[in-house]
Amino acid sequence: MISFLQSPIFVNLAYIFASILFIFGLKMLSSPETAQRGNLVSASGMLIAILVTLAQNEIIAYEYLLIALTGGLIVGVLASSLVKMTSMPELVALFNGFGGIASLLVGVAEFINPSSATLIQLIAISFTVLIGGITFSGSLIAFGKLSEIISGKPLILLGQRFVLSTLLLISLILILELILATGLLGISGQTALFVLIGVTLILGVLLTAPIGGADMPVVIALLNSYSGLAASSAGFVINNNVLIVAGALVGASGLILTNIMCKAMNRSLSNVLFGGFGAASSATGESGQIQGEVKPITAEDAYLILEAANSVLVVPGYGMAVSQAQHVVRELGELLEDNGCEVKYAIHPVAGRMPGHMNVLLAEANVSYDVLAEPDDVNPLMDTIDVCIVIGANDVVNPDARENEGSPIYGMPVIEVDRARTVFILKRSMAAGFAGIDNPLFLKENSRMLFGDAKESISTLVSEFKT
Amino acid sequence: MESQALLVLLLFVLVLSIFLGFELINKVPSTLHTPLMSGANAISGITIVGALLASGGDGTLSSILVGTFAVFFASINVVGGYLVTNRMLKMFKKK
Repeated sequence: MISFLQSPIFVNLAYIFASILFIFGLKMLSSPETAQRGNLVSASGMLIAILVTLAQNEIIAYEYLLIALTGGLIVGVLASSLVKMTSMPELVALFNGFGGIASLLVGVAEFINPSSATLIQLIAISFTVLIGGITFSGSLIAFGKLSEIISGKPLILLGQRFVLSTLLLISLILILELILATGLLGISGQTALFVLIGVTLILGVLLTAPIGGADMPVVIALLNSYSGLAASSAGFVINNNVLIVAGALVGASGLILTNIMCKAMNRSLSNVLFGGFGAASSATGESGQIQGEVKPITAEDAYLILEAANSVLVVPGYGMAVSQAQHVVRELGELLEDNGCEVKYAIHPVAGRMPGHMNVLLAEANVSYDVLAEPDDVNPLMDTIDVCIVIGANDVVNPDARENEGSPIYGMPVIEVDRARTVFILKRSMAAGFAGIDNPLFLKENSRMLFGDAKESISTLVSEFKT
Repeated sequence: MESQALLVLLLFVLVLSIFLGFELINKVPSTLHTPLMSGANAISGITIVGALLASGGDGTLSSILVGTFAVFFASINVVGGYLVTNRMLKMFKKK
């Protein structure tokens, strides 16, 4: 029996079965009704793959790996249960990075193992180290930016492109040396590998540092894709199909998300990666022609307008996450509905710091997912909406995207809140959004600014409704 | 198996899986973007299979140690990724 469980045919069939579970799991993740079961299906695929691997007779010693598995289990359980929903982007970035470094280490372990690697394996090792290294350090920088350990502003190095291309060239030379072992560089294969690791880590930092806070959804999705490609590449190192299949699925899904995010900003991927958007555009503030004045409103007056409204559209942005206002937002929504008003939420794909960030926060606050709408669904109905409440969103509601050809965000699909009868804008102060550009929405005739912390402002509205 | 034939087979699997991935994910509603991403991220922890083989295999002490670190990071990725995805998906309800 044991020998059957260790036979190559059984092991490989089990890996195929695990791949099927991953495929079904991902499929089920694409619909809210089946998503939770889908995740479990995919997790059971992973469990099968791990158990079958542990039973293989290639594994001769268990002490180290059991210690590492236990450690990882504890850290994973603690991290996933303790993290606040508002910190989810950081955690996803960190997990991505861990996946990347794990693939890199698999490549390294295979390289320093004396049983000689084939040419194909050497190529695969090089790619795994390259992608894994970029994923790891890139994710750590993304983590730092998202948790505000380092500044979220785009950091542009002098001669960024030159440094990047030089480093890419160096890694290419190192990879050639690793594969062909010409000895022309005068260093051993191991030294070449370690230098390559160093170079890839710097590359990851340089590729992520120039990207501003508002572009983080793209970066996170892209790093997610990289972590899959690294795993897929590691599959070529150890000649294992399940790594190739699972890694490729993740790589493809990450690329699709990246593409959706880029489309939502009407920008190309290379523009996001190398454009240094926020830094460059603040200099080209050509919107000096904006006329009008900011009209503040008190919470009491805002309440009176809301009380008379028949339809309200809530447009959340990163500011809602910062002030953790999602629970009071839901409370206000319920009070409005009790008052006979129709309440919807419009969520821009790049609102927040990762794809779907706002949806997660509103789900945490118990908002039903069927009242969460996308810009394309709400924009045609905008003229019929009495009040739009913009909570800490800025660039995704900027009318310049439609009206001002000189604006850096011209052409970006936005939520056209200025077409509603009245727009409330909840904002701390008159500071510009993360893209660093002016927003003429604040000066429109039908706009009213409700200054202050979003959570406090909405709490005041809620208590007005209750009295 | 001859190594070239093996390479072709593995590349074949790679290409088909990438196309399959594009087909699978193409129509995901934006509500599920975060869980999809973190769920996919957990799947990328499949590299743990390679890590386990390196950590428990008959390599040198250094390759075993490197493999052990790989197991540690990959298992955080797998366990944390699936649990946090599950935690998020539990909240997605229709009322």
